[in-house]
Amino acid sequence: MLSSRLPRLGPWIAKRLFTRNYASIYRGRYNQSTRNRFLQPPAFQQLSLNKLYNGAMIGKHNFLSTTSNEGNEQKETISVTFVDKDGEEQHIRVPVGMSMLEAAHENDIELEGACEGSLACSTCHVIVMDVEYYNKLEDPTDEENDMLDLAFGLSETSRLGCQVIAKPELDGIRLAIPAATRNFAVDGYVPKPH
Amino acid sequence: MQNVVILQARKWFSRSLSSFSSNPLKVCVVGSGPAGFYTAEKMLKAHQQAQVDIIDRLPTPFGLVRSGVAPDHPETKIVINQFSRVAQHEQCSFLGNVTLGSSISLSELRKLYHVVVLAYGAESDRSLGIPGESLKGIHSAREFVWWYNGHPDGRNLDPDLKNTDAAVILGQGNVALDVARILLRPTAELATTDIANYALAALEESSIRKVYLVGRRGPAQAACTAKELREILGIRNVDISIQEVDLRLTPADEEELKSNRIKRRVHELLSKAAAKPRTAGLNQRELHFVFFRKPDSFQESEDRTGHVSGVHFEKTVLKGDGPGKQIAIGTGEFEDIKCGLVLKSIGYKSVPVDGLPFDYKKGIVPNFRGRVLSDTSGDPTLLEEGLYVCGWLKRGPTGIVATNLHCAEETVLSISEDIEKGMLISSAALPKPGREGLLQLLQDRDVRIVSFSDWEKIDSEEKRLGSSRNKPREKLSTWDELHKAALE
Repeated sequence: MLSSRLPRLGPWIAKRLFTRNYASIYRGRYNQSTRNRFLQPPAFQQLSLNKLYNGAMIGKHNFLSTTSNEGNEQKETISVTFVDKDGEEQHIRVPVGMSMLEAAHENDIELEGACEGSLACSTCHVIVMDVEYYNKLEDPTDEENDMLDLAFGLSETSRLGCQVIAKPELDGIRLAIPAATRNFAVDGYVPKPH
Repeated sequence: MQNVVILQARKWFSRSLSSFSSNPLKVCVVGSGPAGFYTAEKMLKAHQQAQVDIIDRLPTPFGLVRSGVAPDHPETKIVINQFSRVAQHEQCSFLGNVTLGSSISLSELRKLYHVVVLAYGAESDRSLGIPGESLKGIHSAREFVWWYNGHPDGRNLDPDLKNTDAAVILGQGNVALDVARILLRPTAELATTDIANYALAALEESSIRKVYLVGRRGPAQAACTAKELREILGIRNVDISIQEVDLRLTPADEEELKSNRIKRRVHELLSKAAAKPRTAGLNQRELHFVFFRKPDSFQESEDRTGHVSGVHFEKTVLKGDGPGKQIAIGTGEFEDIKCGLVLKSIGYKSVPVDGLPFDYKKGIVPNFRGRVLSDTSGDPTLLEEGLYVCGWLKRGPTGIVATNLHCAEETVLSISEDIEKGMLISSAALPKPGREGLLQLLQDRDVRIVSFSDWEKIDSEEKRLGSSRNKPREKLSTWDELHKAALE
């Protein structure tokens, strides 16, 4: 565990020292008080959060106690590969029950999450690279489809990272982070909602 | 694994190399909405020693996320958490109460900073240019949204919601749907949002029961998106009226829908709603989707001079050479809709400042991937050095919060390329005063800056006031209240 993380330590330190780091601050949110906040969301968020947790209630403990890997070795994990816009691959292990968005942030993978998983944006858009894995996922809800409508570089196997929850059948899944800037200036599918 | 290590190290090294000088890159972002904050965030990531200042004319940051997103859409505002973290970055400063054009001029700003990025959006409106447009009771949707969102410049709009039972909204984009929804939603549901208290009071006394959403063209051209449409079609106690005949598609419409997922789903939703049987009941409010009507003039009331009493529409048909190019042509047949409130939701418009090249036709600053061009000829070699744009000022007033994410990436990429190619005077070659210079200049002019921690005082006060009313916050909506909370 530790030996594989050592070579990344230098850049890791530099990044922490010099840049805003979403992941390190995001991780800090999973403390006692915020855990309570997640358990009692405000009324208007109730509906969407219930949908989110509905399938992950069993994995609730994993969902919330994602501060570090210690003590979680016992939990079942699957292998996930993220491919970023430059084609770089990152292989990570994701505990069953965790969303791909959370997993990305836990591992310093640059996946945006403006609405923090509440189905109100499309910034955690990922492309499932192999259609067999795409078919193993449950169909997106209307709410997810509404947000996917707005995603840049939408493809036939696109999903929102916050809605893809790790389960044993997804072991080995590869997710591409769309190259938004390349798509942005190009003619073709450019949604113009307001 | 080794390759990843080397790549990471190389990336980190090359990012810091350009800033290993005692003269860091000084950047000023004008505007603290999504465009401004995403630009600041991407700049800090790409240039790790850069100093970024974000100025805004309001004492409150976040632009339209605070003053545009509807009160019943709190999830869309969660991105404020991310923006706050950017503002709290040690190399970033938020400076509120600083107005480009009056506190400081554009040329002064360009002298103080290596890079100036204009991201101040669009604070004006397109106008129809038809008779009666200045009658009372006609407002732009932008002003109405500012009003219910507690923007200090919208505080005194005072729309009259009691003299009529009907409101006409011109336009069918998401902003039009927002204002329709706020007019129709049961006020008990609005009472637990961050809607401005005076707006809630006015809506509780509103006599408006019928809202018309009117578009010049057909359902296949409506600019709204599925989520917002689904939401408004599902509001409690609202009867939806859509003419099935309007839903018929021309061959060009079919082409448009085939290649556009959003429009396809919007059309499906409208078709389903049109097919549902109308259920008239007590206390029902009505939402009418009206298509193929172009406003010709506004009618003045006979009882209340100077006040609007209806809109005179010309029926239209679509003509055009193909998908995406169909326009509405008048048929010479007319129809009136009686109403006492009109909200124009036909598009925002940007406002130029002195010293800024501006394309009045498109309502944007002429630019090439975010680099400001000296004129509107489109010649990409005539650049204004060190001057960039992002957001609505760059692209026009369309898109969602996330659109600015990609817009900012493009602009920051342009800045980075220009620095690398030496097209921008390097910070090492010419140090600039940056933040210190700005603070000194503003102090000399008695401008009282609102810092991010001053904003946090406003934030706590609003949350405190809200908690006793079961609202997430009670917005301070006058300049006085805001300054008092921030600066005392």
